[in-house]
Amino acid sequence: MQEYRMHLMLCAGTGCVSNRAFDIEKAFNRELEKHNLQNEIKVIDTGCQGFCERGPIMIVQPGDIFYEMLDEKDIPYLVEEHFLKGRPVEKHMYVPKDGEVPIPKLSDIGFFKKQKLIALANRGLINPENIDEYIGREGYTALAKVLTEMTPEEVIKEVKDSGLRGRGGGGFSTGMKWGFAHNSPGDEKYIICNADEGDPGAFMDRSIVESDPHVILEGMAIGAFAIGASHGFIYVRDEYPLAVERINKAIKDAREYGLLGDDIFGTGFEFDVSVNRGAGAFVCGEETSLIASLEGNMPEPRVRPPYPAVAGYKGKPTNINNVETWANIRHIINRGAAWYSSIGTETSKGTKVFSLVGKVNNTGLVEVPMGISVRDIIFDIGGGVMNGKKFKAVQTGGPSGGCIPESLLDTPVGYDTFAAIGSIVGSGGMIVMDEDNCMVEVARYFLAFTQAESCGKCTPCREGTRHMLDILTRITEGKGKEEDIDILLEMSELIGATSLCALGATAPNPVLTTIKYFRDEYEAHIKEGKCPAKECKALIQYTILPDKCTGCTLCARDCPVNAIAGERKGIHIIDPEVCVKCGICKAVCNFDAVRIES
Amino acid sequence: MKLKPEDLKKISEKMEASTNLRSGAGRAKITVHMGTCGIATGARDIMKAFLDELEASGKKDILFTTTGCAGLCSHEPMATIEIKGESPVKYVHLTKDKVKEIFEQHVIKGNIVEKSALGRGSERVG
Repeated sequence: MQEYRMHLMLCAGTGCVSNRAFDIEKAFNRELEKHNLQNEIKVIDTGCQGFCERGPIMIVQPGDIFYEMLDEKDIPYLVEEHFLKGRPVEKHMYVPKDGEVPIPKLSDIGFFKKQKLIALANRGLINPENIDEYIGREGYTALAKVLTEMTPEEVIKEVKDSGLRGRGGGGFSTGMKWGFAHNSPGDEKYIICNADEGDPGAFMDRSIVESDPHVILEGMAIGAFAIGASHGFIYVRDEYPLAVERINKAIKDAREYGLLGDDIFGTGFEFDVSVNRGAGAFVCGEETSLIASLEGNMPEPRVRPPYPAVAGYKGKPTNINNVETWANIRHIINRGAAWYSSIGTETSKGTKVFSLVGKVNNTGLVEVPMGISVRDIIFDIGGGVMNGKKFKAVQTGGPSGGCIPESLLDTPVGYDTFAAIGSIVGSGGMIVMDEDNCMVEVARYFLAFTQAESCGKCTPCREGTRHMLDILTRITEGKGKEEDIDILLEMSELIGATSLCALGATAPNPVLTTIKYFRDEYEAHIKEGKCPAKECKALIQYTILPDKCTGCTLCARDCPVNAIAGERKGIHIIDPEVCVKCGICKAVCNFDAVRIES
Repeated sequence: MKLKPEDLKKISEKMEASTNLRSGAGRAKITVHMGTCGIATGARDIMKAFLDELEASGKKDILFTTTGCAGLCSHEPMATIEIKGESPVKYVHLTKDKVKEIFEQHVIKGNIVEKSALGRGSERVG
């Protein structure tokens, strides 16, 4: 094998690819050849490295030099300076918000420093399409260990003792779940990987499948051995084309190495996997709906029990785990339950991957030990709120979760600690909101999502969310009634208690938590006709401050509905009857003369 | 090819150079100083000579990297050899023949080639 002196670990996750990472790769290869460096330096495509906000990103190894926001036109200079002359280029290094000195090393950047990688252990370090690179990092050794040294009961005990709980949102003990499927009678059993990630703004599972597909296959094979299954399904959204492509390539390579198929490692164990692409219905993330969809039926949840562990796919015992859960398995087998359970808190062990999005400086994918405070995630790793605005709340757990206000920012991450404050860890979405976010609008947004995604089977979910959405919409339009808050609370309780699956049962959570922590905002809308965050269009007016307006005419020229009148060098005025409140005038004004009033 | 459990180790060994390069692990580290001064006096050839030696040796536990000027431009081309757990040694006025000797003696066997060495240790920082 040819030796290279340098590997350029270029992020080829979906985020960076959409920022033209592949064009940058071409430019690198072109420039490396120009300087005759192609036999010394190699460009490696990796999966998502997590720091999507600063993409396209690249890490130079050895040296751990981190480059961000690469542009095709900068590549010739970068190659000449760093790779030919050995002088790392500061221009493309990360500069923290409160500092002026660029930080060259990945390990010194706050965003990476506080993270602890288990499920994402291989991110940025391997080419996801090269099985040898996965094996080079202890890949498939856990499967070999399980098949040659352990009994299914021992595997289940190890996973149970590790304290691993379902990372898809349910938080149920993975080892116990495996035990149920193992104990169910029958010689035809199935394993399913739930990659039907549907929360708005969540991309944990997508990233794991894209950056380390073999970790899923290895985890599933271990699970199959433990429960006695010989076939597995990966149910993945078709909206994730790169994930689908990479998992298919991984399956093909694993089959060629005999790591899937008959007689794996010559031990007689048989297991294979097929990929099933989902059409993107949110309810398919619910396990019984997913199984129905897999069978070719309408994706509607059904009553449990019987649980899938007893009667799942085709009525046979089936074990479903989420992508991130599967990604933890090989590490638990290799390093042991005691090691895994030493990380985290009393009831929540290990790490959790979050997709940190919204109004936070460092958008991206983060993996942190359970027990870390929400504040640490948002401020130390996330770099705080964008544009110096004030933090208001963070929504965790997607549309099924709740919002956490500033007063509870020191809450440690964990299934029970989050549940105690009305939210959930969920699958790991974390949406940061600032002072400009109206919390009634936030609740309305999430409810609009669950309302549209309700499968329609249960009346409380189908009709109830519709009524709640109507009320919330009414409030944001300034037509709220005194009794609305009480009706919302009453309906939340009803829908939560009477819906069959988690989609309906958790749909009211965003409404409940926003009323609990931001009731004053609801009351301002209803009683005073005001939106304190100045977001609800029906309740705000745009005006121009006469003492600040210079009469530059910029706003008048950019106004799409010609609502602004004024002479050059004269004070401009917005006609509220014509104004559509698009905010363009405020965005273009160079003198901060446009104000929003409520 | 159908793998047996022991094959994982073979593949892993084959990949060791890549894995070490990326994780910064390794028994020894060779750093060629490639500032303008180094390049002007032939550091590129020195670098290639080290890479050739490395490839020919088949060793997977040796890291190779480059860095900038070491500050002693009159003594270029220079390289630093660091065996894990020992202080780094700087070599000066390198030639291809010296590279061969340094690689065989110091990198592989751990014996410092005194006649080409400038000295041991790092500069004091701070």
